[in-house]
Amino acid sequence: MATIVIDGKTYEIPTGKNLLETCLTLGFDLPYFCWHPALGSVGACRQCAVKVYKDENDTRGRLVMSCMEAVTPNQRISISDPEAKAFREQVIEWLMTNHPHDCAVCDEGGSCHLQDMTVMTGHDYRRFRFKKRTHRNQYLGPFINHEMNRCIQCYRCVRFYKDYAGGKDLDVYASKSNVYFGREEDGILESEFSGNLAEVCPTGVFTDKTLKEHYTRKWDLTMSPSVCQHCSIGCNTVAGERYGTLRMIANRFHGQVNGYFLCDRGRFGYEFVNADKRIRQAWTGESVVSPEQLLNHMAPAWNQSKKVIGIGSPRASLQSNFALKALVGADNFYHGVSDNEHDLADLAIRIFREGSVRTPSTREVEKADAVFILGEDITNTAPILALAVRQAVRHEPGKAADAVHIPGWHDAARREMAQQSKGPLFVTSVHTTKLDELARDVYRAAPDDIARLGFAVAHRLDPQVPDATDLPEAVAQLADRIAQALLAAERPVIISGACCESGCVMKAAANVAWALQKKKQQTGLVLTMLECNSLGLAMMGGHRLHAAFNAVMNGHADTVIVMENDLYRHGKADEVDAFLSKCQRVIVLDHLLHKTVSKASVIIPAGTFAESDGTLVNNEGRAQRFFQAYEPTDIIRESWRWLLTLGHRIGNSRMAPWQNFEDVTLAMDREEPLLRGVAGVTPPSAFRIAGQRIARETHRYSGRTSQQANINVSEPKPPEDPDSPLSYTMEGFHGQPPSSLIPYFWAPGWNSVQSVNKYQAEVGGSLRDDDPGVRLLEPRTEGTLPYFVGVPERFRPLDDHLWIVSLHHIFGSEELSAHAPSVAQRVPQPYILLHPSDAAALGVETGHPLVFTIESQSYRLPVKLSDVLPVGIAGMPYGIDGVPYADLPEWAIVPRGNQRQNLNDLSYAKRHA
Amino acid sequence: MWLTFLHMFRKRVTIQYPEEKAKLPPRWRGRIVLTRDPDMGERCVGCYLCAAACPVDCISLQATEDENGRRYPEFFRINFSRCIFCGFCEEACPTYAIQLIPDFEMAEYNRQNLVYEKKDLLIDSQGKYPGYNYYKVAGLAIGGKDKGQAENEDVPVDIRSLVP
Repeated sequence: MATIVIDGKTYEIPTGKNLLETCLTLGFDLPYFCWHPALGSVGACRQCAVKVYKDENDTRGRLVMSCMEAVTPNQRISISDPEAKAFREQVIEWLMTNHPHDCAVCDEGGSCHLQDMTVMTGHDYRRFRFKKRTHRNQYLGPFINHEMNRCIQCYRCVRFYKDYAGGKDLDVYASKSNVYFGREEDGILESEFSGNLAEVCPTGVFTDKTLKEHYTRKWDLTMSPSVCQHCSIGCNTVAGERYGTLRMIANRFHGQVNGYFLCDRGRFGYEFVNADKRIRQAWTGESVVSPEQLLNHMAPAWNQSKKVIGIGSPRASLQSNFALKALVGADNFYHGVSDNEHDLADLAIRIFREGSVRTPSTREVEKADAVFILGEDITNTAPILALAVRQAVRHEPGKAADAVHIPGWHDAARREMAQQSKGPLFVTSVHTTKLDELARDVYRAAPDDIARLGFAVAHRLDPQVPDATDLPEAVAQLADRIAQALLAAERPVIISGACCESGCVMKAAANVAWALQKKKQQTGLVLTMLECNSLGLAMMGGHRLHAAFNAVMNGHADTVIVMENDLYRHGKADEVDAFLSKCQRVIVLDHLLHKTVSKASVIIPAGTFAESDGTLVNNEGRAQRFFQAYEPTDIIRESWRWLLTLGHRIGNSRMAPWQNFEDVTLAMDREEPLLRGVAGVTPPSAFRIAGQRIARETHRYSGRTSQQANINVSEPKPPEDPDSPLSYTMEGFHGQPPSSLIPYFWAPGWNSVQSVNKYQAEVGGSLRDDDPGVRLLEPRTEGTLPYFVGVPERFRPLDDHLWIVSLHHIFGSEELSAHAPSVAQRVPQPYILLHPSDAAALGVETGHPLVFTIESQSYRLPVKLSDVLPVGIAGMPYGIDGVPYADLPEWAIVPRGNQRQNLNDLSYAKRHA
Repeated sequence: MWLTFLHMFRKRVTIQYPEEKAKLPPRWRGRIVLTRDPDMGERCVGCYLCAAACPVDCISLQATEDENGRRYPEFFRINFSRCIFCGFCEEACPTYAIQLIPDFEMAEYNRQNLVYEKKDLLIDSQGKYPGYNYYKVAGLAIGGKDKGQAENEDVPVDIRSLVP
């Protein structure tokens, strides 16, 4: 701690920060552009000038850029000094000389950092009378809109895109006042994190193109705290609604999970909520019915049926799954995931609960100084984790900068010092990943060989772990190098997960982490999961999907409730077909039309995340709550509410006392041993601040008496929320609520997302009253699991066979986001990826169709070639339309004769060339 | 009595409304209209500032864009049964689109008829501020106006040029 004097007043502050951060933490309004809490300082915009005085006798002082000045004890500075103020105002005036007269048609308007800073400095009158320079815009793909005239040359975009997120295709061109931020030529931005440009850019150069389709100002949105549904990381988001449709997803700062950034799948995948394929009516096989008719139809059917089984979902909330479990009974509740997925999620829980290693949050991964990735392509399966790893490799080179006393926030200097050197990162995967470019060593092999490498590394760390025998010399040396690098690190992190669908890889990763833990206390193990609530579902307990199939096929049950699940994504098509046709009644609760819905005899419209309350458990075991952004239209309800209503109607005694969200959550907290504590994720629904609910709408919300006046001039009563302490109107508390209830970030004078500074105890740190969510999985300190044994055999290619593995794609592999029109444009076409030598042996070339069968299911996919794929292995995209599900990894039989015949099918080849 | 008699010969203050119309000054705040620019394009760009300024929240709209990037309101609704004719919307409007005109004859028997949609609001006139065309000043390119063709704008920079 140090004492500094600001404008004659003394403050106690921590050292190691720069003056700008310190002033913002203390609550001063000091304008800035180029500095960003996650990106650090470069001193490019000259906006944050303050006066620094030598000592108490110094009356003149000198102007410094506060973002480039370290805090020193007994420093004397002035923010309100007239010279400093005039300087800041003049800088804005210069920046504004070329800024277009655009605010009215600019998407940033109303949440614009440049507007806020201009008002803050007091610049109000244009004196510059010469011509404005103009720029041509570029097409940057379906996510980001480009309007280059608005640029103020702060360089934040390229610093984020290139330096922070590792993008290659956004850069700065030309010189002096003509500098241009864009791509070399028009084209889709390649980075998975391009959407953050809309938030990082302090003006409207980069804006959200999907928001532009249905543009609404920030102040007009009804916003609620939400959690991303598109991968297992569980990034916190703000969901904004207007006129009954979801308008945008913005980042909601979380100090541990997602920090300031989101990936493009999370930011732009939301449009499935407004999709044409939404189910908005209930249907009973003959006709569209009202809720009352639906229940009248269901109740007798329920009593007539032999037994009702329920199939849950890894993309539905804990509450929905729990309500289903309660409705059908624990014995009849099945996880709607493939058996392999089921086992992997169970294994992950076992590793976390009974092992000795803690799973770190994304923020802690960012601080790791050695990373070993086993089998996962995290850029595609958990993108924000990949972003964290990109920061982690900067730690080791940073030690040189620390040695010469360059502070952590001095970004430009540290990067200059580090040059191209990177910290230890080892990537093992089946195919190339985007992180390969940062890795010290890359190992591409079959999942079993990756597991063998893992066992070998673990053996080198602790001889108790069984070694992988007869490793090739190069792999053994690699294992030595990895073991040495991990031992040299302070906070090593091992990353693996369920997405490579191999239990032995996860076991190998656990062995490495446990062996390392004995020598390095701060070891972390991250396991990514396939869907947003995979871990939560596994923690609830339930049977396998195949057991559900058996129950019906053997005649034990005849009615099935499938909740928010497309079984064709988790089971083989012929098995699911047989199962669904054997069932007398198939009741499907979901929000989007899919193949399972088309086989249903009763369809019930469920709410999406924006229309529901619920809790998800992310891959870290952190339970996080998302709130309804708006009352659903038509007869759409949350799944758990439908099940509750149904339970009451059929006289389910267990569900009888449950009336609302809180009752279900409390019951779950009581009854599910692994989920103890979920009720404490957010304050109860009776929570009030000064007797008021927390308003979902800003105090500037407009159109209240006119929105629905076309239907009826008398305004309806606003909906009431029985499930949360938030209100659906602008009436209520507008200050800073508890961190789990923040519907939007706003502070007086700070309309843009930069206002998050005001919600943090220390700028860049956690939110006040700590980051939201409750961690449910903590490691056991004693009596931990023994090491996993059973080193897999070496992978050996087979003639006329290919070992098929899943390849994940950030756009397309996740079910819901693929329904968003913008994301759909980025989904790859179906393909089968082969090594050229395999392709030559089979007599196929790029674009030719390859016919093969996996467990009697036949495929016909166009060939793509990759010479980095191991021989004997083929990659198939996961979860993409046109690629039927198979329980991978699995051998495919490739009948040779067929290929010759297919080669003649030129029209097919041309179509896919 | 005499005084009363004298008043009979004075000029009458009372006008015979509705046969005779009241003369209103041009800045009188009456019925709200949406005006057009000199090229007869819609002036409203759907910026939502009028709606935000409205103290009774009686304006709602949705902005959209034509194929050339010109913004306009998809719908624009004013609930006149709530409007207090304060003129804040006109003050907030950055494009002179929304204007209050000297007309108050809008009484209705049915309150629902006081909900005016865009077709009721949009007039074929520039209203009180002739000559102003927002897109001639704004930096955005729209159909018929490319980058660099607005007032006080240079031609777009050739970023591949090395000329200083």
